[in-house]
Amino acid sequence: MSNRSRRTFLKNSVSGLGAAWLASNWPGILAAQEHAQQMAAQNFPTQFAFFTPEQAAEIAAMASAIIPTDDTPGAREAGCVYFIDSGLTSFLHDSQALYTQGIKDLQAKTQELFPSAGKFSELTSAQQVQALTAIEKTPFFTAVRNHTVIGMFASPKHGGNQDAIGWKLIGFEDTMNFKAPFGYYDAASNSRG
Amino acid sequence: MKQYEPTTEVDFVVIGAGAAGGIMAKELSVGGFSVVVLEQGGWGAYGHEQDSNKDELQNRFPTDADRLMSDPKRQRNTFRRNQDEKAAPGNHSYGMVVGGGTVVYGGSSWRHLPWEFQEASHVGTIAGSGLADWPITYEELEPYYTKAEWEMGISGMRVDSPLFAPMSKPYPLPPLPIKSSGALFQVAAAKMGLTVIPSPMAIISEAYRGRSGCISCGMCSGFSCQVKARSSSAVAMFPIAEQTGRCEIRPNSYVREISVDKQGRVTGAIYFDSQKREIFQKAKAVVLSANGTESSRLLLLSKSSQFPDGLANSSGVVGKYLMSGNNAGASAIFEHPLNEYKGIISGAGIVDWVASDPKRGFYGGGRLTSRGQQTPIEFALGGPHDGPRWGAGYKKALREEANRKMIISSFITQLPVENNRVDLDPDVKDEWGLPAMRITTTSHPDDIKNMEFFTAKSVEILQAAGATKVWADGVHDSRGGPHSRGTCRMGNDPKTSVVDKYHRAHDVPNLYVVDGSSFVTGGRNHPTMTIQALAFRAADHIIQQTKSGANA
Repeated sequence: MSNRSRRTFLKNSVSGLGAAWLASNWPGILAAQEHAQQMAAQNFPTQFAFFTPEQAAEIAAMASAIIPTDDTPGAREAGCVYFIDSGLTSFLHDSQALYTQGIKDLQAKTQELFPSAGKFSELTSAQQVQALTAIEKTPFFTAVRNHTVIGMFASPKHGGNQDAIGWKLIGFEDTMNFKAPFGYYDAASNSRG
Repeated sequence: MKQYEPTTEVDFVVIGAGAAGGIMAKELSVGGFSVVVLEQGGWGAYGHEQDSNKDELQNRFPTDADRLMSDPKRQRNTFRRNQDEKAAPGNHSYGMVVGGGTVVYGGSSWRHLPWEFQEASHVGTIAGSGLADWPITYEELEPYYTKAEWEMGISGMRVDSPLFAPMSKPYPLPPLPIKSSGALFQVAAAKMGLTVIPSPMAIISEAYRGRSGCISCGMCSGFSCQVKARSSSAVAMFPIAEQTGRCEIRPNSYVREISVDKQGRVTGAIYFDSQKREIFQKAKAVVLSANGTESSRLLLLSKSSQFPDGLANSSGVVGKYLMSGNNAGASAIFEHPLNEYKGIISGAGIVDWVASDPKRGFYGGGRLTSRGQQTPIEFALGGPHDGPRWGAGYKKALREEANRKMIISSFITQLPVENNRVDLDPDVKDEWGLPAMRITTTSHPDDIKNMEFFTAKSVEILQAAGATKVWADGVHDSRGGPHSRGTCRMGNDPKTSVVDKYHRAHDVPNLYVVDGSSFVTGGRNHPTMTIQALAFRAADHIIQQTKSGANA
């Protein structure tokens, strides 16, 4: 999680699903991408736009529990925390307080469940799952879950899905130009004539 | 492009640049008339289709300039189940750009079957519904179906079967690939004795009339097409209209009223431009093609001393008999990859239950269409059907299911019911200060039984196709959406219908309503091809009538 070459500055909330997912507006994105590209070109040092380093570590750990690293890379390697961080200074601006308070509550829950532990990010994976299960109905958890998922599967130009880690996970090829047969069954059907 | 002063009285103002509006603009301008098209949406990628945005996140959260669909936060609407309820904010949305819904739709282009125009005569009256015959027959419309298929550019296969509409001429283009979901339909159909037909699609499978064939990019339904393969009004109609030098397309023009003179004839349309300035465009006649919900709303907004209940509404039928489009289906996981994210959304349909059958014990029919997951974010946000929503199990399921998922979506009947309607919300205003659209709808009990029937059939088909896991969709009737039809129904009797069989308002000689509004029955919820055929037919008659002086 060192230098991030691509940062985006999105606007408006993408915290909802369903109707909100379809209906929300998101102006300013093109200018934001231009800005992100300029930053990349200038080789800006790594820094978070919204999070303190400690907060970033907690959110990165949450994202990693939501889409873990196993035999394939997960949300940590995809850089979902950068997608969320830049979002919180722009398109997720309204969620800033939710994140600030949510991280505090998460740390309190961590202390409650594991009195000897310091931070959520310092727990073992199994302990992290236990702590998140305890808060999974909260608006904070729902927001982090959805923003992690969006960051994981949106175009890499938005800051997450680095090296197309998310797309590789689900076998999505970004070539936008395909020829039939597309899958096993239409190929099998063709070979039967 | 030709430009007219608003004070210049043009021959026609066409309100709405969608499936019908594009055809009306093209036919009328080619026919020698001056036309101004008022469209509330923007240009989209009109004329620079190669720039169509294929970024999923940006597509779902567009800038105003990139917007392809209406925004319920601006085009506000409310919803209620019945007239005793207070309506709450709704999510009704529809294509809103030059080209309208044809820019973003999946492209299904099924004709109605001949008997669909006279279903009341075939099945009789159904209590609690307004099922009625159309005042036209399939035979009258058939030449215009053919015209629409060839002028728009439809890919498909003519099939000689009572389950498929008879065609006087084959499709101009061969069918698109049926995909793995279609191949699995064939597996199930072979076991169950069913009929699979390649979906007729408004997407050209090969180069046609200066446009290139589909490249199966996969970012299809919901996205604008970057190679002009989707046969939208924007690529198949408006360029021809513009070339006549008689047609002006005026986007970002939100019509608030169709105005009338003391004799009760329309004189033009008042609209807000992009700066919300009010402008009156003068016209000899108005063609209203704003869609199956907005056309009726605009008539209801256009109140005057001559038309106190809204324009062309002496019958009180404007806004009634809304059919917003029900759906039923199931999804499944298969052993091997389908990769449904490649290509068009749906390659094939099973058509055996298209007709209503009294043996089932209720009125209803429809088609099942094959498809799968298409775009990454939408799939991942929804997640596995009944699995965990995060963690190791979530990740595992995403990986296993993404390209192995198949979905059946059934396009089915919805009975016209008088109380299912569009009217004006008494409290809520839209962004322009006009009364918001209020949708009131609850499907007829037979519609619910039909949804249950198609859900069960979907499960049966997926199991027969060899699925490893199958989930039935829940049964929910619709609350609006881009397939809405029926709110200005056509008929011969001015007391029970809004427009005549040629789409002319019974009450107003120089006003025509040409879009899904005039549907008497809803077909099988694949409305666009019939809207297009009706528009070509209406244009033919309007041109003849106007040239003979009927509007003078």
